[in-house]
Amino acid sequence: MTKLAELASLIRSKNAGPFELTIDIMFDDARVYERVKRSGALSREVIARSYGVAVDAVRFFESDSALAIKASIPRPIIQGDIGDTDGHGGQQYAPLMDIEIG
Amino acid sequence: MLPFKDKEVRVLAGTAVMGSGFLESSFNEGLRREPHFIGCDAGSTDPGPHYLGAGEAAFSRDAVKRDMRLLLLGARRLKIPLLIGSAGTSGGDVHLDWAYGILKEIAAEESLQFSLALIHAEQKKDYLKRRLAEGRIKPLLNAPHFDAGTIDRSERIVGMMGAEPFVRALDAGADVVLAGRASDTAIYAAIPVHCGFPEGLAWHAAKILECGTGAVVSRKTPDCMMATIRRDHCIVEPLDPTLECTPQSVAAHALYENGDPFKLTECAGTLDITNAKYEVEGDRSVRITRSAFIHAKNYTVKLEGAEFAGYQNVIIGGVRDPYIIGQIDDWIARLREKIRTRVSNVHADKLKPADYAIGIRIYGKNGVMGALEPVKEISSHEICLVIEITAPTQELANSIASMTRHQALHLPIEQWSGMMTTMACPYNPAYLKRGPIYRFNVNHVVEPDDPYEMFPMEMVKIGA
Repeated sequence: MTKLAELASLIRSKNAGPFELTIDIMFDDARVYERVKRSGALSREVIARSYGVAVDAVRFFESDSALAIKASIPRPIIQGDIGDTDGHGGQQYAPLMDIEIG
Repeated sequence: MLPFKDKEVRVLAGTAVMGSGFLESSFNEGLRREPHFIGCDAGSTDPGPHYLGAGEAAFSRDAVKRDMRLLLLGARRLKIPLLIGSAGTSGGDVHLDWAYGILKEIAAEESLQFSLALIHAEQKKDYLKRRLAEGRIKPLLNAPHFDAGTIDRSERIVGMMGAEPFVRALDAGADVVLAGRASDTAIYAAIPVHCGFPEGLAWHAAKILECGTGAVVSRKTPDCMMATIRRDHCIVEPLDPTLECTPQSVAAHALYENGDPFKLTECAGTLDITNAKYEVEGDRSVRITRSAFIHAKNYTVKLEGAEFAGYQNVIIGGVRDPYIIGQIDDWIARLREKIRTRVSNVHADKLKPADYAIGIRIYGKNGVMGALEPVKEISSHEICLVIEITAPTQELANSIASMTRHQALHLPIEQWSGMMTTMACPYNPAYLKRGPIYRFNVNHVVEPDDPYEMFPMEMVKIGA
């Protein structure tokens, strides 16, 4: 087992507009990307559980040309509204770093 | 603009957002490639709702003027169009006026003469109410509730224009187009699409250009980007010789700040890059093929709006006592109650509990992720409290903050006896007046009769 952070070249989060948060998990090696993709450790369900949203609310993508796995979820609070903790959505990826990849 | 005889259209993108800068050497390299036009995006919702609500720009006037001067001088020297979209960050009328002021100042300083098109993007409330009543305003994903009351409450609402208003401005003889809120990509796709180049390639190149050097392997600073669009492919190329694009870096750029990495919605349809192919071209460039653009049945214009959400006052404080840190949730709950009691003692005539909000962020615990933070046990030897008061007036927010400071300074714990001071204040005064704050309140599209009705244009002779 290896932690996702040790395999990915970049894990990042960012607003996709004021109403959506998007998370990119990127790789610089096609074999590593395939390994993570096939492991099933990243899925719509895992994202839903990590961010406390309904499975249906998660958009999940695998981009073979970019060697990247991507998920988008509704922002818990609209960007900049009272109670928002992260106006640009840039520091919401850390919990994914420890996901174990088989 | 037509007929366009060249086999390719060369596009120079100034930078990702005007005011963030670019290297003069890269820009000059771009000019040497004889671009057919220069584009630059100047705005976004990325900096937050304040700029749309308060009518301010996110970058300083001097920073915008520096970029605009170089772009304007380059475009006038080559006698090619300069297209600027989303003027002044949010692209409302006040933002457009601000950018127009800078542009006129540069033109006077440099003795420039040209035809300018100003395209407005701020929407009239009556127009939006009419379209709403007609059922022609529709929600996008995760949209908040929107009704006539939302329109009334909004400080301003802008429409995000497509490519067509840019083309209309050029057809009217504009050398320079300064537009209010615009799709970032429309700035770059307008001319290639209008000149008959494949729409998929034109919009895909535009999507890469609008982020400047965002699509390179490792971006050092915001900088210029070049695209060449031909009949069956396009090529994207960074102009700084130390930067490179790879097939993966360009493919990966489609992920950035997009909810869907394959389909990007524009006014006239959707750029579909699911089957796009990326190949190495030369040392530092990438060749793209197979991008598609699928026309929508209805032309849609996205709205962005912001409304007033209250006045704020913020206190930043630190806690180092391990006893307090060990019971911080309980301590915060007691603090909230103390503040509420003081406010009802002092402001019972002016404020009901629902009229103001107390937000307390605990950095060192869950300040960044809030309720989503999976780590529940903390081992921090110090924590930072950011206490924010939101109230209907600045005076009330200040008043509650002053009570809050005093309560937080002296909120005892049972481990100690006697008068104690429980929070470290790094600033004096301890409060930061934040002024009015705003919230985004629209994530909808309008179905207009045509691409122009929401975007009136003025033609101005500069230096005449």
